[in-house]
Amino acid sequence: MKLEVGYIDIRDICFADSSRLEDGVLYLDKNALSEIVLEDKNISKVEFEIAKPGDSIRITPVKDVIEPRVKVEGPGGIFPGVISKVTTVGSGKTHVLRGSAIVTTGKIVGFQEGIIDMSGPGADYTPFSKTLNLVVNMTPVEGLAQHEHEHANRMAGLRIAAYVGELGKNAVPDETRVYETPSIKEGLEKYPDLPRVAYIEMLQSQGLMHDTYVYGVDAKRTLSTIITPTELMDGAIISGNCVSACDKNTTYHHLNNPVVHDLLEKHGKELNFVGIIITNENVYLADKERSSDWTAKLAEFLSLDGAIISQEGFGNPDTDLIMNCKKVEAKGIPTCIITDEYAGRDGSSQSLADADASATAVVTGGNANELITLPKLDKVIGDLSVVDRIAGGFNGNMAEDGSITVELQAITGATNEMGFNKLSAR
Amino acid sequence: MAKLRIVHYINQFFAQIGGEEMADYKPELREGCIGPGLAFNQAFGEDAEIVATVICGDSYFNENLDEAKATVLEMIKSQNPDLFIAGPAFNAGRYGVACGTITAAVKSELGIPCLTAMYEENPGADMFKNQVYIVPTKNSAVGMRDAVKKMVPLALKLAHGEEIGASCVEHYMPNGIRKNFFEKKRGSARAVDMLLAKMAGKPFTTEFPMPDFDRVTPNPAVKDMAHATIALVTSGGIVPKGNPDHIESSSASKYGEYDLEGVMDLTADTYETAHGGYDPVYANQDADRVLPVDVMRDLEREGVIGKLHRYFYTTVGNGTAVKNAKRYASEFAQELLKANVNAVILTST
Repeated sequence: MKLEVGYIDIRDICFADSSRLEDGVLYLDKNALSEIVLEDKNISKVEFEIAKPGDSIRITPVKDVIEPRVKVEGPGGIFPGVISKVTTVGSGKTHVLRGSAIVTTGKIVGFQEGIIDMSGPGADYTPFSKTLNLVVNMTPVEGLAQHEHEHANRMAGLRIAAYVGELGKNAVPDETRVYETPSIKEGLEKYPDLPRVAYIEMLQSQGLMHDTYVYGVDAKRTLSTIITPTELMDGAIISGNCVSACDKNTTYHHLNNPVVHDLLEKHGKELNFVGIIITNENVYLADKERSSDWTAKLAEFLSLDGAIISQEGFGNPDTDLIMNCKKVEAKGIPTCIITDEYAGRDGSSQSLADADASATAVVTGGNANELITLPKLDKVIGDLSVVDRIAGGFNGNMAEDGSITVELQAITGATNEMGFNKLSAR
Repeated sequence: MAKLRIVHYINQFFAQIGGEEMADYKPELREGCIGPGLAFNQAFGEDAEIVATVICGDSYFNENLDEAKATVLEMIKSQNPDLFIAGPAFNAGRYGVACGTITAAVKSELGIPCLTAMYEENPGADMFKNQVYIVPTKNSAVGMRDAVKKMVPLALKLAHGEEIGASCVEHYMPNGIRKNFFEKKRGSARAVDMLLAKMAGKPFTTEFPMPDFDRVTPNPAVKDMAHATIALVTSGGIVPKGNPDHIESSSASKYGEYDLEGVMDLTADTYETAHGGYDPVYANQDADRVLPVDVMRDLEREGVIGKLHRYFYTTVGNGTAVKNAKRYASEFAQELLKANVNAVILTST
């Protein structure tokens, strides 16, 4: 599978009478955007804001972050099975509006939504303080059930991202990169001496709003399977979950999966990147056993020499992580796992809910329990009053001077378990 | 700003008094710096200065632990230091243990900022690295310069009460306290590097060493329950009313063995829980909810089980160290074996 990705660097975003992309500047028509959001009758009101790096802006509670992309050539469309038809994607040509993002916020859905600070100490911990953000602030109709509310927010964000992405269809990319992964046979012939490496991507599927969708299928109803790196770049996997903000894989993370990109970087040179095994994180033991068995079986079937395993969430999924690691290692295939830690605010507690001696290579995204004080910022987009209720917040965490104290857990993407960040712990 | 006052601890060898033949040298306090102290003084420059050095023979210290510790502590205290440094001990085992012991005592008893340094395989390292900051060194005095270079910035931070960052940033041995910091590469790139090394059989360092999870494989099922003796064991803290052995509500330092002869039912008047980690109301109303004596008596009567073992064993699981829990169980498991108990029902909360 071969995909040409044209990156269009977005230099600025502003509101205008008509939506267009000119010389790297995104002009957005609020009326057109509103119509797209309000076509869902479950959303009663929507406001749009722009948040740029360095702005004194706090966005909370953040639900998802999405990068605008558009399919320019080849089969299918962006977010297949959800926004576009279910056609297999990952080949042809795709344009990316690099440096921009859609951020959804509004009334809290659950407790596991996050904070994005565009400046100050909190900005160091979220990748989305460095993107030009179009913030979609939605109010649901009265009495909407939580799961319907989540669904409405999720779909509105994706529709807006697809709309904005479409503006880049005819733009000339600033950089073009070709990503290609060979078939099993081609790979063997082309790189007979390179170690065969796969990426095992665990998808959050604990349910009750902790979900991920693959081509529109709820991941908890899936068996472990194989997907190609370029399919992810076209939005084959989207986030639909309310896991703690710090280690939630947003749709932006799925589109820009760092493990995929770093493996592609060494593909054909130091390793042969065979593909991606996706596997879920269900709560029932039988599901965990089945999914991890299938993961190990696929790893063996692909004749792997090594695998990187990434996680999403913590606690219960720690058991899936360890099962996957243990069973793949038992097949004689070395692994490196990426996780984060809940070592308590003082860092002295047991970091993971499960462990195994075979997990000899671990990369950590840091201790999510570590506290941070976020000074008052000039503007809040969303609803600040819930920061004592989101995961990582606590009663009495809002000081009189307007500062808030939270665990890193509350910051969107802070301890990402795909290894998106530089944060770590020892 | 005035120079910080440092007291330095070294052994007889580094004080140039002598080797093994002088290892029983008694504690001595000298003004100023001696031996390795010179390197520290140079590195500290205007910031700090060794005002006194305490010397003690390694054998003397380890063979007269309490007395030597008290004497040395008194000597250190008399100098009213801002900072205390012991060693580096490199790979000298008794010296390392002495450095660890004294540094830990200075920290807990005098509350003075302190650190030591030694080779990672020095027995003193494992004994004390979770109690005090220990800078890892080479295994011989060849590593002196490097040790001083790492110890001085950490010492100054400690003396100034600054926050100490992650072990790999501040150069101390990992001490069980996880600290965040920013790496140079993102996590995914580190994972790719680590996997490449692991596949190639090259050395790599995990960012999180797996803790030892003690997993127990269940025994085969008891086939003949009708003749089996079953015992009850709990970490839910059920004790006779009044908690006669004073089992702690958290971090229990003991377990209890209590007689169930003639006890058919646990009531609010006869039993209670000592556990401080859960709402005790329901356990105190009816302790059978945690230790199901009533149901076991029913099963006994119905012939489902042979009999309920006469004694039950109990402790409080709340915050209790795994090491202690293991010790309790290995003790009372012997009693259970002696009494020919066939199976145990272990209840937790």
